[in-house]
Amino acid sequence: MKHCLVVDDSRVIRKVACRILSDLHFQTGEAEDGVAALAACRAKMPELILLDWSMPNMNGIEFLKTLRREKGGEHPIVVFCTTENDIAHISEALGAGANEYIMKPFDRSIIESKLAEVGLG
Amino acid sequence: MKPDDFSFLAQLVRRRSGLVLRPNKAQFIEGRLSNVLRRFGFRTVAALIHELRHGRETLARAVAEAMTTNESSFFRDRATFDEFRDVVLPRLIESRAQSKRLRIWSAACAAGQEPYSIAMLVHDHRLVAKGWTIDLIATDFSSEMIARAEEGLYTHYEVQRGLAIRRLVAHFNQEGGSWRVHENLRRMVTFRTFNLLDSFGWLDDLDVVFCRNVLLYFDQRTKASVLEKIADTLVPDGVLVLGQTETPHAPANLFMPIDGAPHFYTFSKASLPRLASVS
Repeated sequence: MKHCLVVDDSRVIRKVACRILSDLHFQTGEAEDGVAALAACRAKMPELILLDWSMPNMNGIEFLKTLRREKGGEHPIVVFCTTENDIAHISEALGAGANEYIMKPFDRSIIESKLAEVGLG
Repeated sequence: MKPDDFSFLAQLVRRRSGLVLRPNKAQFIEGRLSNVLRRFGFRTVAALIHELRHGRETLARAVAEAMTTNESSFFRDRATFDEFRDVVLPRLIESRAQSKRLRIWSAACAAGQEPYSIAMLVHDHRLVAKGWTIDLIATDFSSEMIARAEEGLYTHYEVQRGLAIRRLVAHFNQEGGSWRVHENLRRMVTFRTFNLLDSFGWLDDLDVVFCRNVLLYFDQRTKASVLEKIADTLVPDGVLVLGQTETPHAPANLFMPIDGAPHFYTFSKASLPRLASVS
């Protein structure tokens, strides 16, 4: 079973995303900001990371840049999942090594479609 | 709905669009009529059908359009588009290297996601910059769908189903909460309202015909007749694309699947004498 880390400061969003992902046969873990996500990745590198942008302590883009410099940090597929829905943010995320990008609000079929894009469908 | 109202409606729709309405779908059909009721100010389906019996053309057309299914998404049925990208399109580009011309028809294009998906894959090969002429024709029975397709404006949800984020960034402009297909792709496609029951006389020399998820709504006779007409529009090594659950079993032996691209069909050997008699 593939492991997905859901990183979002909203407990509700984490819960919704985790439920969809476990329906899609992922084992899920949660982190409420970039710092907690980094600690989780150092303990066990997930196959997939669903990543919010705007979070306290360490935001999504800082986390992603740090992750990609970590040992093994090039492996996880990172899918942003954020309300930052403009081209500038999307381009910045792709430039920093994001694999896909979900614009909130999202639903199950968007998550399924994006997972298919990154070969995890 | 009263049984004779239903059979009147079913006959009207079948005559206009070829669509077969089944009595067990009556509730679903009434649901689809609700927009027409509102638009034309009827309070009941019975009142609408009463008016239809007097032969009001605009109303009849609106009813027939309301019965069509317009469900679509970008790169719908990924396997089909992968086959097109990896097998069919490269072969076409190779075999048309002299003429540098490619004619593709999307026969039931709904809100335009199918022709724009094709346009993106064609664009990947930079054919226009290399001097190719690309005719991408897209038609639909519904004039409302054709108007939407020409607009090329899609919601937040529509652009997140089937479309990779890099394609969104490469081929769309953001307009508020919506996304519009770039002009270079929109210019590549010619949209037109067209009924598959009508004459295909204006369509010829086609290299590829996408006719996905539409024949399944027709009866066997209509389906066979549409397939025959499509056959007449294709060049001898032309390609037909059907939906994932569809097969061109009638007319018998006319088409066969392509090696390595099972959703795509070419003329079978058995149909070659037929082609010879045409040319």
